[in-house]
Amino acid sequence: MQSIADLTAATPALAALAPRHLELIAGCGQMAHFRADEPLFRVGEPAGRFYVIRRGSVALELAVPQHEPVTIETLHDGELLGWSWLFEPHRWMFDAHALEDTSAIEFDGACLRGKCESDHELGYQLMRRFAAVLTARLQATRLQLLDVYGGHRVR
Amino acid sequence: MAAIASAELYGPMVPAPFRVVARRQDTADTWTLLLEGPAPLPFRPGQFTMLGAAGCGEVPISISGDPDDPSRLVHTVRAVGAATAAICAAEPGRALGVRGPFGRPWPIEEIEGADVVIAAGGIGLAPLRPAIVRLLACRERYGRIVVLYGGRDPAQLLYPGELPQWGAEVTVDTAGRGWRGRVGVVTKLIDRATFDPASAVVLTCGPEVMMRFAVEALLRRGVTADRAYVSMERNMQCGIGHCGHCQLGPTLVCRDGPVYTWEELEPWLAIREL
Amino acid sequence: MIAQPIHVLERGAFDGLFGALERRGYTVIGPTVADGAIVYGELRSADDLPVGWTDEQDGGHYRLRRRDDAALFGYAVGPQSWKRFQLPPDVRLFRARRHEDGSLTEVAEPPRETPRLAFLGVRSCELHAMGILDRVLLGGAHVDPAESARREDVLVIATNCGQAGGTCFCVSMGTGPKAKEGFDLAITEVLEDGRHFFTLESGSEAGAEIVAEVGAAPAHDAEADAADRATNRAAAQMGREMDVTDIRELLYRNLEHPRWDDVADRCLTCGNCTMVCPTCFCTTVEEVTDLSGEHVERHQRWDSCFTVDYSRMHGGSVRRSSRSRYRQWMTHKLATWFDQFGSSGCVGCGRCITWCPVGIDITEEVAAIRATDEGHAVDR
Repeated sequence: MQSIADLTAATPALAALAPRHLELIAGCGQMAHFRADEPLFRVGEPAGRFYVIRRGSVALELAVPQHEPVTIETLHDGELLGWSWLFEPHRWMFDAHALEDTSAIEFDGACLRGKCESDHELGYQLMRRFAAVLTARLQATRLQLLDVYGGHRVR
Repeated sequence: MAAIASAELYGPMVPAPFRVVARRQDTADTWTLLLEGPAPLPFRPGQFTMLGAAGCGEVPISISGDPDDPSRLVHTVRAVGAATAAICAAEPGRALGVRGPFGRPWPIEEIEGADVVIAAGGIGLAPLRPAIVRLLACRERYGRIVVLYGGRDPAQLLYPGELPQWGAEVTVDTAGRGWRGRVGVVTKLIDRATFDPASAVVLTCGPEVMMRFAVEALLRRGVTADRAYVSMERNMQCGIGHCGHCQLGPTLVCRDGPVYTWEELEPWLAIREL
Repeated sequence: MIAQPIHVLERGAFDGLFGALERRGYTVIGPTVADGAIVYGELRSADDLPVGWTDEQDGGHYRLRRRDDAALFGYAVGPQSWKRFQLPPDVRLFRARRHEDGSLTEVAEPPRETPRLAFLGVRSCELHAMGILDRVLLGGAHVDPAESARREDVLVIATNCGQAGGTCFCVSMGTGPKAKEGFDLAITEVLEDGRHFFTLESGSEAGAEIVAEVGAAPAHDAEADAADRATNRAAAQMGREMDVTDIRELLYRNLEHPRWDDVADRCLTCGNCTMVCPTCFCTTVEEVTDLSGEHVERHQRWDSCFTVDYSRMHGGSVRRSSRSRYRQWMTHKLATWFDQFGSSGCVGCGRCITWCPVGIDITEEVAAIRATDEGHAVDR
């Protein structure tokens, strides 16, 4: 059985943290399991946590009035989910539900925010890693916005 | 059929009449046609024909069939203009004009022994289908064969029956509740795919923007630009290097392409409106 | 073929050339005056040539003027070129009939009998242009038999230039004014000290036979020298010049030069330069049907890279701005042509300068870019 610290260290997005920082972060984590279709969080709820998906997949969804909900992105093994815990007003912007039986590490954001405030080096290292994830998601979103595969554009 | 034009007699600018044998709707705007002509049309994966509906014009369309079965010409066509709309509307029995095959193919034989990453986007899977079929037909000659396919939404995916046989990893830009697969851009598949970057060869086809992002993701993984192949699209009137329309910098896409290495193209694609 | 001795034909005997060509079954095509310009048409005799005419050429300017002599070839090139015979402006590729069951019957026409043509008065720049077009149309993997048929059996009679036009720059391009090869017969016209004669140089057996048949006498040194003086005079008179040193690299490293914006402000994208250019080969394929839709014809017609439609794909055109379209044309002529077809696409005939309605001058555009060459090489 691997420890939370080992699992955290094995997460690409959180790689190469100093052992001290790894321990602090892992101290805020616990294992969580979700059945297929089980919600992880809902839009508007307080966002006090984030997840590293170990096995399974999660869909981020946006409900559109008078329309089927739209899946914005799916996240899979080893990926990081959730950054609303970092920024005011700490509320989820999307719905998330498991697409299949999914195991994740759930980190307590409020606990981590406190540790980051008292240890800015930890805060910097964590922000750097979240910024990289945010950048990748932003680029992907821009590509999606281009709608490169196009709809009907008869000349 | 009387007076069948042959390339020997009438030259490469006079089409041969092919008859639509079967027609299948793939998506809201895309159809696959099975055609039979006066003679088999041997081709290499990645090559195209100039396909025309009488009176409506002619367009370059990549061949999507099995290269080992040249008696059956297969084209997957998206109706985006007058000519393609007329081609897509051709019922079985209708005749379409075919010239070709033309163009530089995918380097299928040259890359034996390597891992092969196929990265397709949207209708870009159509020109790659003959390559995938050929690679899988001589599976033992290659390392890993990774098929990555990105589409707009689940209803726009081509060849859904074949994707599982190819072991394709599929992602869509957007989906509804019914879709249990991946949602996200195709570059995410590249970041997660398993292959040996030091030896892998990439064949990619899709919208130009998608290919650029895909190749950049592959270069970050360690693939070199001389082993990343892309298939380009430009206006073409002749297919034989005589009409000038398909110029892309120092090259003619119909003659020097449509398949190029990223190394050949990258400096030119960076220049706007070239 | 080894160098042939130069012969001399007096003006009075020049019509014998037409007789010799007629006996061989040739239809003679050459310069003649029509609609205020010198164009290429069928010639019955030397009288159909622009006798005593010359042309005045500058950027956006072309006028015919009377000469004070009766020279047959005393002008530069006009708006047409031999391109219209190698690659006619409109060619029907095929005709077909569509039946009710959806099938097609091609009403394909096997290559027709075409008259044997003799081109008379082909300038050195034009010989080079014909060679360039041959490489484009006949030098690749796919050859259209109709295109090769148009080039078979053509007898080429070159004319060395005795005076240059105001927009000529063949000396810069290494394409003239004296024809070196690619002709059956080359003529130099000499008008000196009241005497009017031609020196003849054959470049093929057919040319040598014609020289013998028209009764031309071996040239004296003085006559050969006079012919050299004529072509040297033309070489010294060039209306324009272009520094072509490393021109391909110059343009490749200046694809984003601000000069393209400058020329785009003047360019009307009318396509005149592409129509008059003797090497511009772009064509489009158009299909026409009758009202019933039963009869279909496909035509190949001259096209121009200055149109927006030229680069159109579904979704839009690649070259939307006039800046990009002028850049495409000029870099094609002077740079990418080397990569595509192994030579320059420009022969220095000056037509694009003369016939540009706003007088855009390719030599001036190159000079402007060269003068402010700060670009970085495209890393190829």
